[in-house]
Amino acid sequence: MLAAKYKVGEKVKVLKAYPLGHIRTPYYIRGCVGEIERVCGAFPNPEELAQMRSGLPPLPLYRVRFRQKDVWPDYSGNGADVVEVEIFEHWLDRV
Amino acid sequence: MIERSHHDMGGLPAGKVERNGIDETHDYSLWERRVDAMAVLLQGIKPGTRRLVTVDERRRAIEMLPPQAYDAMSYYERWVISLAETLIQRGILTSEELARKMVEVEGRARR
Repeated sequence: MLAAKYKVGEKVKVLKAYPLGHIRTPYYIRGCVGEIERVCGAFPNPEELAQMRSGLPPLPLYRVRFRQKDVWPDYSGNGADVVEVEIFEHWLDRV
Repeated sequence: MIERSHHDMGGLPAGKVERNGIDETHDYSLWERRVDAMAVLLQGIKPGTRRLVTVDERRRAIEMLPPQAYDAMSYYERWVISLAETLIQRGILTSEELARKMVEVEGRARR
Protein backbone atom coordinates (compact mmCIF):
# COMPACT_ATOMS: atom_id res chain seq x y z
CA MET A 1 0.00 0.00 0.00
CA LEU A 2 1.22 3.47 -0.94
CA ALA A 3 1.43 6.19 1.71
CA ALA A 4 -1.17 8.94 1.24
CA LYS A 5 0.34 11.94 -0.55
CA TYR A 6 -2.22 14.51 0.68
CA LYS A 7 -3.20 15.57 4.18
CA VAL A 8 -6.58 16.66 5.55
CA GLY A 9 -7.22 20.31 4.65
CA GLU A 10 -4.88 20.37 1.63
CA LYS A 11 -6.23 21.93 -1.56
CA VAL A 12 -6.34 19.66 -4.59
CA LYS A 13 -7.49 19.94 -8.18
CA VAL A 14 -9.25 17.06 -9.92
CA LEU A 15 -7.69 16.05 -13.22
CA LYS A 16 -9.74 17.47 -16.10
CA ALA A 17 -9.45 14.55 -18.48
CA TYR A 18 -11.79 12.20 -20.26
CA PRO A 19 -10.01 8.88 -20.80
CA LEU A 20 -11.73 5.67 -21.84
CA GLY A 21 -12.42 2.77 -19.50
CA HIS A 22 -14.28 2.40 -16.23
CA ILE A 23 -13.74 5.68 -14.37
CA ARG A 24 -14.98 6.32 -10.85
CA THR A 25 -14.34 10.08 -10.92
CA PRO A 26 -17.66 11.68 -11.93
CA TYR A 27 -17.70 13.90 -15.00
CA TYR A 28 -19.10 16.92 -13.18
CA ILE A 29 -16.24 17.12 -10.67
CA ARG A 30 -13.32 16.93 -13.12
CA GLY A 31 -11.29 20.13 -13.15
CA CYS A 32 -12.75 21.36 -9.83
CA VAL A 33 -10.69 22.49 -6.82
CA GLY A 34 -11.56 21.22 -3.36
CA GLU A 35 -9.93 20.24 -0.11
CA ILE A 36 -9.14 16.90 1.45
CA GLU A 37 -11.84 16.08 4.00
CA ARG A 38 -10.39 12.71 5.01
CA VAL A 39 -8.17 9.89 3.89
CA CYS A 40 -10.50 6.91 3.45
CA GLY A 41 -7.77 4.27 3.23
CA ALA A 42 -6.27 2.47 0.26
CA PHE A 43 -8.12 0.26 -2.21
CA PRO A 44 -7.30 -1.65 -5.40
CA ASN A 45 -7.59 0.58 -8.45
CA PRO A 46 -11.13 0.08 -9.88
CA GLU A 47 -9.92 1.13 -13.35
CA GLU A 48 -7.65 -1.93 -13.32
CA LEU A 49 -10.12 -4.26 -11.57
CA ALA A 50 -12.64 -3.47 -14.31
CA GLN A 51 -10.16 -4.87 -16.86
CA MET A 52 -9.68 -8.11 -14.88
CA ARG A 53 -6.33 -7.14 -13.44
CA SER A 54 -5.45 -7.02 -9.75
CA GLY A 55 -5.51 -3.25 -9.26
CA LEU A 56 -2.57 -3.63 -6.87
CA PRO A 57 -0.89 -1.93 -5.10
CA PRO A 58 -3.91 -0.36 -3.38
CA LEU A 59 -4.23 3.37 -4.05
CA PRO A 60 -5.07 6.01 -1.44
CA LEU A 61 -8.69 7.13 -1.66
CA TYR A 62 -9.78 10.53 -0.34
CA ARG A 63 -13.04 12.19 0.46
CA VAL A 64 -12.72 15.61 -1.13
CA ARG A 65 -14.96 18.54 -0.19
CA PHE A 66 -16.00 21.07 -2.84
CA ARG A 67 -18.10 24.21 -2.51
CA GLN A 68 -21.29 23.79 -4.50
CA LYS A 69 -20.84 27.24 -6.03
CA ASP A 70 -17.42 26.17 -7.31
CA VAL A 71 -18.92 23.09 -8.95
CA TRP A 72 -22.05 24.58 -10.52
CA PRO A 73 -21.62 28.03 -12.12
CA ASP A 74 -25.34 28.81 -11.69
CA TYR A 75 -25.66 27.50 -8.11
CA SER A 76 -28.21 29.63 -6.26
CA GLY A 77 -28.25 27.85 -2.88
CA ASN A 78 -26.41 28.72 0.32
CA GLY A 79 -22.80 29.74 -0.38
CA ALA A 80 -21.62 27.43 2.39
CA ASP A 81 -23.15 24.31 0.78
CA VAL A 82 -20.66 21.60 -0.09
CA VAL A 83 -20.54 18.36 -2.04
CA GLU A 84 -18.15 15.58 -1.05
CA VAL A 85 -16.81 13.07 -3.56
CA GLU A 86 -14.55 10.09 -3.00
CA ILE A 87 -11.64 10.28 -5.42
CA PHE A 88 -8.53 8.14 -5.90
CA GLU A 89 -5.14 9.79 -5.55
CA HIS A 90 -4.10 9.49 -9.19
CA TRP A 91 -6.97 11.81 -10.16
CA LEU A 92 -5.73 14.60 -7.89
CA ASP A 93 -3.02 17.26 -8.24
CA ARG A 94 -1.74 19.67 -5.63
CA VAL A 95 -2.93 23.26 -6.12
CA MET B 1 -14.34 12.44 -28.71
CA ILE B 2 -17.11 11.77 -26.21
CA GLU B 3 -16.27 13.50 -22.92
CA ARG B 4 -19.25 12.41 -20.84
CA SER B 5 -20.25 8.75 -20.90
CA HIS B 6 -23.99 8.17 -21.06
CA HIS B 7 -24.22 6.63 -17.57
CA ASP B 8 -22.28 9.52 -15.99
CA MET B 9 -25.33 11.78 -15.70
CA GLY B 10 -24.74 13.48 -12.34
CA GLY B 11 -25.83 17.12 -12.53
CA LEU B 12 -27.87 16.84 -15.73
CA PRO B 13 -31.46 18.15 -15.64
CA ALA B 14 -33.74 15.26 -14.72
CA GLY B 15 -37.10 16.75 -13.80
CA LYS B 16 -39.00 16.24 -10.60
CA VAL B 17 -38.61 13.09 -8.50
CA GLU B 18 -42.08 11.57 -8.22
CA ARG B 19 -42.80 9.77 -4.98
CA ASN B 20 -45.84 7.58 -4.65
CA GLY B 21 -45.94 7.65 -0.88
CA ILE B 22 -43.45 7.57 1.95
CA ASP B 23 -44.35 4.11 3.23
CA GLU B 24 -44.33 2.46 -0.16
CA THR B 25 -41.44 0.05 -0.64
CA HIS B 26 -40.41 -1.38 -3.96
CA ASP B 27 -41.52 -4.97 -4.22
CA TYR B 28 -38.85 -6.99 -6.00
CA SER B 29 -39.94 -9.85 -8.22
CA LEU B 30 -38.48 -13.33 -7.79
CA TRP B 31 -36.13 -13.02 -10.78
CA GLU B 32 -34.74 -9.76 -9.43
CA ARG B 33 -34.03 -11.39 -6.07
CA ARG B 34 -32.33 -14.27 -7.86
CA VAL B 35 -30.12 -11.91 -9.87
CA ASP B 36 -29.13 -10.12 -6.68
CA ALA B 37 -28.31 -13.39 -4.92
CA MET B 38 -26.28 -14.59 -7.90
CA ALA B 39 -24.27 -11.34 -7.92
CA VAL B 40 -23.54 -11.66 -4.18
CA LEU B 41 -22.33 -15.25 -4.63
CA LEU B 42 -20.24 -14.56 -7.76
CA GLN B 43 -18.60 -11.51 -6.19
CA GLY B 44 -17.53 -13.58 -3.19
CA ILE B 45 -19.22 -11.22 -0.72
CA LYS B 46 -20.60 -14.10 1.35
CA PRO B 47 -17.89 -15.58 3.61
CA GLY B 48 -16.53 -18.83 2.22
CA THR B 49 -17.39 -18.03 -1.40
CA ARG B 50 -14.79 -17.42 -4.09
CA ARG B 51 -14.73 -14.15 -6.02
CA LEU B 52 -15.35 -14.99 -9.67
CA VAL B 53 -16.26 -11.50 -10.85
CA THR B 54 -15.68 -7.98 -9.53
CA VAL B 55 -18.22 -5.21 -9.21
CA ASP B 56 -15.90 -3.06 -11.35
CA GLU B 57 -16.04 -5.51 -14.26
CA ARG B 58 -19.82 -5.51 -13.97
CA ARG B 59 -19.97 -1.73 -13.84
CA ARG B 60 -17.78 -1.57 -16.94
CA ALA B 61 -20.16 -3.90 -18.79
CA ILE B 62 -23.13 -1.70 -17.78
CA GLU B 63 -21.30 1.45 -18.86
CA MET B 64 -20.58 -0.11 -22.26
CA LEU B 65 -24.30 -0.55 -23.02
CA PRO B 66 -25.53 1.59 -25.91
CA PRO B 67 -27.41 4.63 -24.49
CA GLN B 68 -30.79 3.49 -25.81
CA ALA B 69 -30.34 0.04 -24.22
CA TYR B 70 -29.14 1.58 -20.96
CA ASP B 71 -32.26 3.75 -20.76
CA ALA B 72 -34.67 1.00 -21.80
CA MET B 73 -33.45 -1.59 -19.29
CA SER B 74 -34.54 -1.80 -15.69
CA TYR B 75 -32.01 -1.86 -12.87
CA TYR B 76 -31.85 -5.64 -12.56
CA GLU B 77 -31.94 -6.12 -16.32
CA ARG B 78 -28.69 -4.17 -16.43
CA TRP B 79 -27.37 -6.31 -13.58
CA VAL B 80 -28.13 -9.61 -15.29
CA ILE B 81 -26.63 -8.41 -18.58
CA SER B 82 -23.46 -7.33 -16.76
CA LEU B 83 -23.19 -10.69 -14.97
CA ALA B 84 -23.56 -12.64 -18.23
CA GLU B 85 -21.11 -10.41 -20.09
CA THR B 86 -18.49 -10.73 -17.34
CA LEU B 87 -18.89 -14.49 -17.00
CA ILE B 88 -18.36 -14.87 -20.75
CA GLN B 89 -15.27 -12.65 -20.66
CA ARG B 90 -13.93 -14.61 -17.72
CA GLY B 91 -14.43 -17.88 -19.55
CA ILE B 92 -16.81 -19.24 -16.92
CA LEU B 93 -19.66 -19.39 -19.46
CA THR B 94 -19.49 -19.54 -23.22
CA SER B 95 -21.87 -17.65 -25.48
CA GLU B 96 -22.96 -21.01 -26.86
CA GLU B 97 -23.87 -22.36 -23.42
CA LEU B 98 -25.84 -19.22 -22.72
CA ALA B 99 -27.57 -19.41 -26.11
CA ARG B 100 -28.59 -23.07 -25.60
CA LYS B 101 -29.88 -22.34 -22.10
CA MET B 102 -31.86 -19.32 -23.26
CA VAL B 103 -33.55 -21.39 -25.97
CA GLU B 104 -34.31 -24.15 -23.43
CA VAL B 105 -35.80 -21.72 -20.90
CA GLU B 106 -37.81 -19.96 -23.58
CA GLY B 107 -39.21 -23.34 -24.67
CA ARG B 108 -40.09 -24.16 -21.07
CA ALA B 109 -42.02 -20.90 -20.74
CA ARG B 110 -43.96 -21.51 -23.97
CA ARG B 111 -45.27 -24.93 -22.93
